[in-house]
Amino acid sequence: MEMPVPSKTVIARKSRVVERLMEVLPADRVIHDPMETRAYECDALTAYRCPPMAAVLPETTREVSDVLRICHQEGVPVVPRGSGTSLAGGALPTADCVILGVARMNDVLETNYPDRYVRVQTGRTNLSVTGAVEEDGFFYAPDPSSQLACAIAGNIAMNSGGAHCLKYGVTTNNLMGVTMVKMDGSVVTIGGAHLDAGGLDLLGLICGSEGQLGVVTEATLRILHKPEGARPVLVGFDDNEVAGACVSDIIKAGVLPVAIEFMDRLCIETTENFAKAGYPDCNALLIIEVEGSEAEIDDQLSRIVEIAKRHDPVEIRESKSAEESAKIWLGRKSAFGAIGQISDYMCLDGTIPVSSLPMVLRRIGELSEQFGLQVGNVFHAGDGNMHPLILFDANKEGDLELCEDMGAEILKLCVDAGGCLTGEHGVGIEKRDLMGYQYAPADLEAQMAVKDVFDPQWLLNAAKVFPLASSQERRADAIAAE
Amino acid sequence: MTQMMTPSSEAELAQIVGDAKGPLTIQGGGTRGMAVDGDVLSTAGLSGIELYEPGALTIVVKAGTPVAEVDAALAKERQRLAFEPIDHRGLLGTKGTPTMGSLVAANISGPRRIQAGAARDFALGVRFVDGQGEIIKNGGRVMKNVTGYDLVKLMSGSHGTLGVLSEVSLKVLPMPETEATLMVHGLDNDSAVQAMAAALGSPYDVTGAAHIPGGDAGVTMIRVEGFEASVAYRIEQLRTALARFGTEMSVSEDSNAAWQDVRDVTAFHGATGDVWRVSVKPSAGPDIVKSSGAEAALFDWAGGLVWLCTEPGTDLRARLGPIAGHATLVRGSGQARFHPEDAGVATLSQGLRQRFDPRGILNAGLMGS
Repeated sequence: MEMPVPSKTVIARKSRVVERLMEVLPADRVIHDPMETRAYECDALTAYRCPPMAAVLPETTREVSDVLRICHQEGVPVVPRGSGTSLAGGALPTADCVILGVARMNDVLETNYPDRYVRVQTGRTNLSVTGAVEEDGFFYAPDPSSQLACAIAGNIAMNSGGAHCLKYGVTTNNLMGVTMVKMDGSVVTIGGAHLDAGGLDLLGLICGSEGQLGVVTEATLRILHKPEGARPVLVGFDDNEVAGACVSDIIKAGVLPVAIEFMDRLCIETTENFAKAGYPDCNALLIIEVEGSEAEIDDQLSRIVEIAKRHDPVEIRESKSAEESAKIWLGRKSAFGAIGQISDYMCLDGTIPVSSLPMVLRRIGELSEQFGLQVGNVFHAGDGNMHPLILFDANKEGDLELCEDMGAEILKLCVDAGGCLTGEHGVGIEKRDLMGYQYAPADLEAQMAVKDVFDPQWLLNAAKVFPLASSQERRADAIAAE
Repeated sequence: MTQMMTPSSEAELAQIVGDAKGPLTIQGGGTRGMAVDGDVLSTAGLSGIELYEPGALTIVVKAGTPVAEVDAALAKERQRLAFEPIDHRGLLGTKGTPTMGSLVAANISGPRRIQAGAARDFALGVRFVDGQGEIIKNGGRVMKNVTGYDLVKLMSGSHGTLGVLSEVSLKVLPMPETEATLMVHGLDNDSAVQAMAAALGSPYDVTGAAHIPGGDAGVTMIRVEGFEASVAYRIEQLRTALARFGTEMSVSEDSNAAWQDVRDVTAFHGATGDVWRVSVKPSAGPDIVKSSGAEAALFDWAGGLVWLCTEPGTDLRARLGPIAGHATLVRGSGQARFHPEDAGVATLSQGLRQRFDPRGILNAGLMGS
């Protein structure tokens, strides 16, 4: 993965930049020792690493503003960082950058139940947003699988989803307002506790912009009352395609589960060895969860079971208790960890129309044979958001490259099927060079024009999202402006 | 002398915009009162459902497709546009046919906004022609997509000022088996908003909460939708949960018609005066009505959407003073249609309009300055 050549001029100014940052932040929150900056050298895409020039840990919007103003004046690139859990390299530094980490900003600023929102600093983790309101019966709906660790800042940057977004939507559908600091240090407030924008929907534009438009320091998030209960049913099939057809039929029948999760044989067997969830021996399984009162759950599950029975299931296991539910979810939730135990893997995130699931799964199987790398499939089937896990050996020369090549083929396949490169992880550096496959030059130009408006010098996380060749001139301007 | 242009393809649309010498007023069905000065550019010639996959909950339509045509196609599969788009014709006295493009361009929604979202939340992809005549696509037709910036949201609610939509893809949802509405009678505005907050703060998945003021004759409406047994159960649970408000309750005879009236603000159809739509946090709703001096008011979105009918020419924004939200003039003249933006936001909006429509020819003057 190519990254831009770091600016020697910027690096030469390091001591001056660090000195200025220490004027606005306590010394222990400006990290510049090369041994210590290594803590920020990568995010969860660990194949790529580069220690930043420095890292700062502000605690207030004012401090973020001061840091950005200084970096703007000094022409220093800035890479914002939430908890560093990006699988796409969204927080990967460059050697000439300052990492701006929001991890110290984790306060709950306001909780309002009558109006159903909570306002938090964005370094707060996803799960602890729910943690702040759950005693009173409320929750924050988007639930990315890294929710224990990932920060709201990163959720907003990547427009994160999760298993339950089939019913509750992704981050952008649950985000009501932000306080954001632009690269020049100016602070803007967009949205709030009310619904929809009075003018252009800048909030919708900022959500998912991968930290390239500004640093979001505070967020107003919609909270919901928890349902009375939730229970899943597990259905095993002999065939991937039949499982795919069953998903489509459930959706068509007018039952809208909160989650429909899919696992294939490789994932079933691997998690079974790892977590002992007692999954059936089959080629594909679905976990379908519904919510409501006990009677409502029974009613919905019976409708789902009736549909599933038409698809020759090898097993139907309807949860009758919290324990059984936990057991059904156990395997799914351990899937990534289980695969990680047996091999290095790369997790893809392409999304396809649900109707194309059988075809895409078949093609992935063919690619797996062609490249000689195993692929496990575990994903959110209800909305077509696939997570093919390509197994490779990081210690074997050329295997990572082979894996990346195969990943690119799978993502192109998703685009060809009418889908997209990434459903919830973001482009980062990982899918950056494939953007031209999904979008024409004019489409990318329109997106880059947005960044021109928010960050005319292209200093903020500039090496991400857009193919380097497409953004070359704009980034060259940034360097020339020094 | 203005002229009317009705391109029959996206390429022709791009040609017209690229060649335009002066301002264009973008027209879908012409039902939402958005006309500005300039030659009329109609999307009526770009019509038709291009793809509908009920099993994937997605539909792709050309921008000029009538909403009614889509509603009918969806109904055959027992699906619907869940954001419950308002039909402006009664309120504005307009004729014509609302189009799918307008739903996205004006980010239309209705009572179900509080539970399901607005058009912005259902728009999956757009194709549009920018102010230079360039054809641009963004998003796609899948339900989760974070590939690049979300220009779909930016186009939703941009009212034709950034580009002319040629195609939109939308998420659709199953139609529920049935619906029912609990009617709580005789609550004042403050109690009504508290009752609606209690309903929405319950686990019963309320999909509509509106209040029609009227003293003893006032009514507060709480809607649930789903399978028959579930709806009956939830209505009873809500009845218990709201018992502390101590008033008479009943279940609506015709839930569907009652919500259509809320959605289209039927109460204001015959009345003279300006019509405003104010979006604030729900608990701020009653104070908005108090300070507005309005002759008539209607609360939707649990109090967060306040419809007001004021004396013609009233500067409502001056009366309200600074609000955390926005007031839009839906019917009337003499005031700016859209709420003035804070300086920081206005600069960004202006910058975006400048980039997408550098000549300032698309619905010029409709939004911002």
